[in-house]
Amino acid sequence: MTYEQVASISQVAALLFFIALFVGVLVYAFWPGNKKRFEEAAKLPLEQDPEPKNEKDD
Amino acid sequence: MAAMLQRDEWKAFSDFLALGAAGLLVVVGLILALAGEDRVIAFHGCILLGAAGLSFLYMLTQIIEKKEPHDATSYADGVIRAGVIATVFWGLAGFLIGDVIAWQLAFPVLNLDLPWTNFGRLRPVHTSAVIFAFGGNALIATSFYVVQRTCRARLAGKWSPWFVFWGYQLFIVLAATGYVLGVTQSKEYAEPEWYVDLWLTAVWVVYFLVFVATIAKRREPHIYVANWFYLAFIVTVAMLHIVNNLAVPISLVGTKSYIIYSGVQDAMTQWWYGHNAVGFFLTAGFLGMMYYFVPKRAERPIYSYRLSVVHFWSLIFIYIWAGPHHLHYTALPDWAQTLGMTFSIILWMPSWGGMINGLMTLSGAWDKLRTDPVIRMLIVAVAFYGMSTFEGPLMSIKSVNALSHYTDWTIGHVHSGALGWVAYITFGALYCLVPWLWHRKALYSQRLVEWHFWISTLGIVLYITSMWVSGILQGLMWRAYDSLGFLEYSFVETVEAMHPFYVIRAAGGLLFLIGALLMTYNLWRTARGDEPVDARDQPAVAAAPEFRPGEYTAPAE
Repeated sequence: MTYEQVASISQVAALLFFIALFVGVLVYAFWPGNKKRFEEAAKLPLEQDPEPKNEKDD
Repeated sequence: MAAMLQRDEWKAFSDFLALGAAGLLVVVGLILALAGEDRVIAFHGCILLGAAGLSFLYMLTQIIEKKEPHDATSYADGVIRAGVIATVFWGLAGFLIGDVIAWQLAFPVLNLDLPWTNFGRLRPVHTSAVIFAFGGNALIATSFYVVQRTCRARLAGKWSPWFVFWGYQLFIVLAATGYVLGVTQSKEYAEPEWYVDLWLTAVWVVYFLVFVATIAKRREPHIYVANWFYLAFIVTVAMLHIVNNLAVPISLVGTKSYIIYSGVQDAMTQWWYGHNAVGFFLTAGFLGMMYYFVPKRAERPIYSYRLSVVHFWSLIFIYIWAGPHHLHYTALPDWAQTLGMTFSIILWMPSWGGMINGLMTLSGAWDKLRTDPVIRMLIVAVAFYGMSTFEGPLMSIKSVNALSHYTDWTIGHVHSGALGWVAYITFGALYCLVPWLWHRKALYSQRLVEWHFWISTLGIVLYITSMWVSGILQGLMWRAYDSLGFLEYSFVETVEAMHPFYVIRAAGGLLFLIGALLMTYNLWRTARGDEPVDARDQPAVAAAPEFRPGEYTAPAE
């Protein structure tokens, strides 16, 4: 195989791989079943620090 | 009983390991100090000996006195407080040196004709101090804060988090003193020599283990998106640092080493590292900060969690390919240059997705921009992120790069990201963290935050506008030909033409430094526990959790 052949095969393969990956991410992000999980996760920083007290020194 | 015995055994084992490691470092320090082939490595051996010896003695006294944290179920905040102090300290040092070298460029006499104070040696001190010392400490401290809160778990390890903190400070001191004394491997943003690189690798691996072990013992089903960004930052920086710094020292007790790559491979590895230091250190890590502190301060969930998922995966998969845009029109193969350019332009999309996600978190609460200067700082940081991630892809286009490369435009671009995005998101996080960590009812003064914000913003505007003008002027002068086809200007004429812009830039940097000094004063008064002067103007979220009305349940005892 020549350099040009290797280059063109790897370019097309990488293109398909990246598009598939991106589609996968979109499907995961917008999958209806994940909606509730993501909504719960989004609230995480807003919930009050659950620990009654922080250590005073250490 | 058996479980308790096992627990005690584990504790003894971990103490033994910590002491053993410190003891080993004492020996290494001693060998370098006595057998070092040059003065710098002997000096660094002495520093290592001192640091390892002190930590050995400290741990020994703690173990003998059987001191334990008061409550091993609460959060480990001591190491975060130390990280906040280190962030402010190194920030001031880095901004100061940056402004000194800015004045040196305008007035070369300020080089003082001394080897230790010339621009060439101080410049890496500035870049390492602001990126790795200021930015790195901010990332370590905030990642430790965020991972504990969003996982509801105490930081893993007893000595390890403190080893990460002190080990990282030791890395900074070894790197900076090396630069001033003339020791460098001449790789941009990766100047420290092989032994300092090895030390950073050890520290970084422990940092990774502490972070992952904390996530592993989380009491939350979800791993919050900020932790994903922090984790990508930690893992990728480890990979970049190791690959870019593969070197062979000429002696195990000497400073000098040779990088294993040569020619264009070395250049490509360097800018694969260099650009991903921007992408994963200065972007992914600070996006972790954004995804926690913006919602927390605005008291609203992130605009779209789904967008944050898309943002994360697309950003990390695209950034890693953008490095070749630093090597346009060089010996790098054309296809690699085009690849770097294409991925840089694609990168615009995830970057702006993230920016929109951060900005729109404020939707319905835009009035906070007027009333809370801390949220304004955080949001302006995100706006600067958007601006510099638009400018970056633009500059990566080959024909634009033909004009911009090697000019001050690049410096202006870097600083709109560094001052506007990285420093502002850090300042915002620091203004949040100090009252929370030191258990205060509010910041000492919100008015001082206003002053800081406006003085610094003016400084940034002066900096980036002067560098745009200077850079484009420089680029146009370099490519100007006369009617006979000769170059219109000699190099020194372009240097002369840039002088006024260098003065404006240095003045802008001075304003930025003054702003940081105001912040330091304000944070110091807050941490000391002085009565806030304008607590009424501040939002409830400015207070430590236990002082926020209706949100906190007092301990039962």
